[in-house]
Amino acid sequence: MRKMMAVARKEFRQIWRDTRTLMTLLFVPAFFLLLYGYALNFDIRHVGLAVDDRDRTMESRALIAAFVNSGYFDLVASVDAAGTTRLMNRNDVGAALVIPSGLGRAVRTAGPAAVQVLLNGDNANTATTVMGYALTIIRSESARYRPATAPSAPLVSAEPRVWYNPALRSTLFLVPGLIAYIAMITAVVSTALSIVREKERGTMEQVRMAPLDAASFVAGKTVPYFVVSLVSALGIIVVAMALFGMPMRGSWLLLLVALSLFLAGALGLGLLISSVADTQQVAFQAALLVSFLPTLMLSGFIFPISSMPRFLQLVTYAVPARYFLIALRGVVLKGVGLEALGRELAALAAFALAVLALASVRLRREWS
Amino acid sequence: MNAITATDLTKRFGDFVAVDRLTFEVGQGEVFGFLGSNGAGKSTTIRMLCGLLKPTSGSAKVGGADVSRDPEGVKRRIGYMSQRFSLYEQLTVDQNIRFFGGIYGLDRERVEARRRFVLDMAGLHGREHTRAADLAGGWRQRLALGCAILHEPPIVFLDEPTGGVDPLSRREFWGLIDRLSASGVTVLVTTHYLDEAEHCHRLAIIHRGLLAALGTTDELKRLFGDRAIVEVHAANPVETMRLLDRMPGIEKTSVFGTSVHAVLKDDPRHSAPALKKRLEAAGVAVTSIDVVQPSLEDVFLEVVERAGH
Ligand SMILES: Nc1ncnc2c1ncn2[C@@H]1O[C@H](COP(=O)(O)OP(=O)(O)O)[C@@H](O)[C@H]1O
Ligand SMILES: [Mg+2]
Repeated sequence: MRKMMAVARKEFRQIWRDTRTLMTLLFVPAFFLLLYGYALNFDIRHVGLAVDDRDRTMESRALIAAFVNSGYFDLVASVDAAGTTRLMNRNDVGAALVIPSGLGRAVRTAGPAAVQVLLNGDNANTATTVMGYALTIIRSESARYRPATAPSAPLVSAEPRVWYNPALRSTLFLVPGLIAYIAMITAVVSTALSIVREKERGTMEQVRMAPLDAASFVAGKTVPYFVVSLVSALGIIVVAMALFGMPMRGSWLLLLVALSLFLAGALGLGLLISSVADTQQVAFQAALLVSFLPTLMLSGFIFPISSMPRFLQLVTYAVPARYFLIALRGVVLKGVGLEALGRELAALAAFALAVLALASVRLRREWS
Repeated sequence: MNAITATDLTKRFGDFVAVDRLTFEVGQGEVFGFLGSNGAGKSTTIRMLCGLLKPTSGSAKVGGADVSRDPEGVKRRIGYMSQRFSLYEQLTVDQNIRFFGGIYGLDRERVEARRRFVLDMAGLHGREHTRAADLAGGWRQRLALGCAILHEPPIVFLDEPTGGVDPLSRREFWGLIDRLSASGVTVLVTTHYLDEAEHCHRLAIIHRGLLAALGTTDELKRLFGDRAIVEVHAANPVETMRLLDRMPGIEKTSVFGTSVHAVLKDDPRHSAPALKKRLEAAGVAVTSIDVVQPSLEDVFLEVVERAGH
C-alpha cells in the first residue's frame, strides 16, 4: 500500500509538472466544450422568412404571427412571387410562406385550405428541419380552428412533440456525448502514454528492480489518471450546466457510478495498449484507433445507431461509450434511475472488468 | 561465500548468442569490472544477473539467490543502475529519492536518513529542489547511484555508470565506488573506458559474448610473457606503424594517440635500439623509443585478437 502510494504520488507530481499532459487532461476538454457548445449548435433558429400574403385577413395574419412567435423564423420581408425568388436566390431567406387568397374564408367555412411553404434546399438537412418546424406550426394553427368549425376533421392526428429536449436544443444532446468522448480520450491516451513513456525512458526497468509487484505499480499509476479524468468529466458537466443550461434531473450518485465505470474501462483500455505498445507513437495511434474513433463514430454521439448498417450496429455493442451515452443522457436529461439504466451500467461494468483483467494478465507477464 | 557466481551463463536472442557460457565468480567487497566494446554482451549479462532477463541456459547465483528460480530474491539483495539515465527528469532530486525510497518500502525515518546520505554522497545539498533534468551530468549520475543504493544492498550492479560524463566527474564517481567497496559492498561495473578499468580489483574482458580473459590487471598484463612492448614517438605515427609492420621480428603494432606500440617477438635480436636504427634508416625522425609495461589497452587488443575477430 505504501509502495502504491509512492507510485501514485510520483505520478500526480509528474502530471502536475508535465504541462502538456495537464493541458490535455484539463484544458483541452474545457476548450472543446466551449467550441462545440457554441459553434456546433445543430439547432436551426432565426431562419429568414419571406411572406407572400395574398389573403390579408385576420386568419392569414395570425398564421404569420405564429411563425414569427415560434422563435424559429425571423420575418425578413413581405413580398410578391418575384420577390420570393429573388430573396431565396440571394440566400436572404431560408423559407417563404405563400398564403393564397381565400384562406380566411376557407377557414371560416371549414372548407379545405392550403398554404404553400417554400424551402431553400441548399442544405438538405437544414431544409428538412425547417420543414418540420413549419409543419408543426401550421398544424397547431389549424388545430385552433378545428374543434369549432370542423367537426368532421380526422379523429386521429399525429402531434409530434419532442420530450426532454423540448426545444430540440442540440447542445443539451451533444454535451453528454462530448463528456464521453473527452473522458475516453484523456483516460485511454494518457494512461497508455504514461506507462509506455516509462518503458521508453528506461525508468520502468529501474522500477522493476524494486520489490514492487505489478499490481501496486499499475494501481499507483492509474489512480491519479482516474482522479484527474473524473475531475475533468465532472468539470465538463458543471460547465455545461452553468453555460448551456444543461439540466441535472437525475441523481448525482448514479451519474458518478456510471462515470466511474466508464472511466475504469477507459483506463483498462489504456493499460492494455501500454502492455502491447513499446513506443509512445504506437501507443498514441493504437489509443486513437480503439477509443477515439469508435467513441466518435459508433457510440451514437454523432450518428444515430439505428441508422447504421446492421453489421456496424452489432459492433456498437462493444463500444462502452454507447452505454455511457445512454446512461448519461438518461440521468441528466430524463432523470431516470437505476431501474431504467441497469443494463447499461452492467455493460459498462462488464467491459471494465474484461479489459482490466486482460491488461493485468498481460502487464504481469511483461513485468517479470 | 562468493557474492556472485555465474556458471555457463548463456543468452540467445533467436539464433544470435549474445552471452556465451560465461563462468566467473565475484568475491564479497570486490570491485569487478566488465570490459568490452559495444555489443559485447555486458548489459545482457548484467540484466540476467539482476533477474530482469531469464538466461537461456546456465545458471547464476547472486547473494545466494538463483537468478532463474528466485529473481525476486535477487532483486531484494541488489542495487542496479541501468545504462540509461533512469530517474524521473520532471521530478526534483528530493522527489526522486522519496519515490525510490517509497517503492523499496523504506519507512519515513529510513528514507530521511538515506536521503541525507545520498545528498552528502552526491554533493547535492542545496539542489534538493532542482529537477533531475536540470542537473549536470556528473550530479545526475551520482543521484542515480544514490537512488540505486537507497535500500543499502550488499551487491550493486552498475552498467556503464560514467557514460557521457566529463573526466573529473568520472574520477569522483570512481571515488564513490571505492568507498562502497571499502564498506563491504560488492560492485560489478561495466565500462568501455580502459582507464577506468584500472580501478577494478579484477577484470573480465568480454568479447562477442565470450569471456576472453579474467584476472587482476597485473595478471592480465602477464599475458605478454617475455615479449617486450616498445613505444615509439615519431613525427608521423601512422606512417611509422606501416614501416614497423613490414619489419621482421615485430608481432603487431597499434597506434595509441601520438605514439606507436609494437609488440616484439620473444627474440633478443630485436631490441629497441636495433629498431630505432632501422626506422632512422628508413627516414623516420624518431623522438623517443622505449620498452614499456603493457597498458590495459595493449592487453585488451591482445585478448580480443586471441579470441578471434
Ligand atoms: N532484446 C534483445 N533482442 C535481440 N538482441 C539483443 C537484445 N538485447 C541485446 N541484444 C544484442 O545482444 C548484443 C549484446 O548487447 P549488450 O549486452 O547490450 O552489449 P553491451 O552492453 O556490451 O554493449 C548486441 O548485439 C545486441 O544487439
Ligand atoms: Mg551495454
